[in-house]
Amino acid sequence: MNHRPITEDDLHAYVDRVLEPERQAEVAAYLGDHPGIAKRIAAFADHHKLLRAALAPIADEPLPPELNLSRIIGQHTRRPSLVRWAMAAMLLLSIGGLGGWAVRGALQASPRGLVALTQEAAVSYSVYAPDRVRPVEVRASDSAQLVQWVSDRLRRPVKVPDLTTSGYRLMGGRLVATEHGPAAMFMYDDDHGSRLVVLTRPMSGSDQNAPMTPQSQGDVGGIAWADDGVGYSLVGHAAPEFLRPIANEVRKQARAI
Amino acid sequence: MKDMLLQVEPLIPALRRYARALVRNRANADDLVQDCLERAVSRWQQRRDGDVRAWLFAILHNLAVDQFRKTTARSRHVTIDKTSEGDFGEAAAQEHQLMYQDVLNKLMRLPEEQRAVLLLVGVEDLSYADAAKVLNVPIGTVMSRLSRARERLQQEIEAVTAAPGNVVPMRSVK
Repeated sequence: MNHRPITEDDLHAYVDRVLEPERQAEVAAYLGDHPGIAKRIAAFADHHKLLRAALAPIADEPLPPELNLSRIIGQHTRRPSLVRWAMAAMLLLSIGGLGGWAVRGALQASPRGLVALTQEAAVSYSVYAPDRVRPVEVRASDSAQLVQWVSDRLRRPVKVPDLTTSGYRLMGGRLVATEHGPAAMFMYDDDHGSRLVVLTRPMSGSDQNAPMTPQSQGDVGGIAWADDGVGYSLVGHAAPEFLRPIANEVRKQARAI
Repeated sequence: MKDMLLQVEPLIPALRRYARALVRNRANADDLVQDCLERAVSRWQQRRDGDVRAWLFAILHNLAVDQFRKTTARSRHVTIDKTSEGDFGEAAAQEHQLMYQDVLNKLMRLPEEQRAVLLLVGVEDLSYADAAKVLNVPIGTVMSRLSRARERLQQEIEAVTAAPGNVVPMRSVK
């Protein structure tokens, strides 16, 4: 019979009992022939037993009140009242802003092209990214439904950019209202919880095609561009130069539709 | 939130055990678990499909690593000798207490990343794939760290056995 050679990884997997039964038997036979190695492997298994026994009592200790999950959930669900209050305040501000806007309209034209797109993305980011309750309307697990929805509303096929190579996972997305019609917003986060937003919509009028243009305001940075009448803006809590490679990835994928 | 309670609550004892074995100090460890649970509650809706246990351990592990970094930055090392006996002490059963204290002391001598993998795989029974997710490294790295961790722990155990104080003087054979 031809046996595959036994590897160090096999020996460790043997200790952890994760080998296929057949392989487990082969390793056992090998250890039978090599008492020195068998002794070493037995010592590893002993470590586990010892550590488990030494640490087991910790798991039996009664939980202190700070670790009472019902209480933590209770504190969390009471918090949205604050969020609601903040949203009401924001609504009032925006109504005030709209009043001011009407006046401003007479004085200067509202922004267009990429400038408008970047502003819309930055506003969406500042409203939705800090949201702890419902940052996205359709979650990543329903991304097919999300794509269908935003493609219908934008009247063109929209593809959700995949940013996993940059370390960001899709959380989901929503449709957002802009002065230039509906836009699709996708939100991403990384392992440290930092979030990015990609906003895309058809460009009306100017900037049907535009190169990548960095913008930043405070500690929120963004990059916007347009390809064949569709505008994209990537916004996050980061400098535009950090966002650049991610923007390149988004553009590459969008062009591959 | 009801499904969260059902899925997460039974895992809290294991999270405490992992945190305590990682940072040793009881109060620090429970603070980490509390932080972890708060984050889990606020991120529950955004959780991707997959094992809840691996997801929770990943949150906890990241918090612990952040804390290690901060402690190192402030260069305030909590050495093994300074931690209070009570952190593990009353946990261990009386008759085995010394032996258990001893192996935990040795575990603390391992680098943090080796300790983590040994605990996740050996004590918490996570699969290699789940441990890789928690540690945010490829499976191959989990395997090599596990191998180093086991060799290192064995060395620590043998080192004490061979330490001068423990050497039994050899008798001359007649």
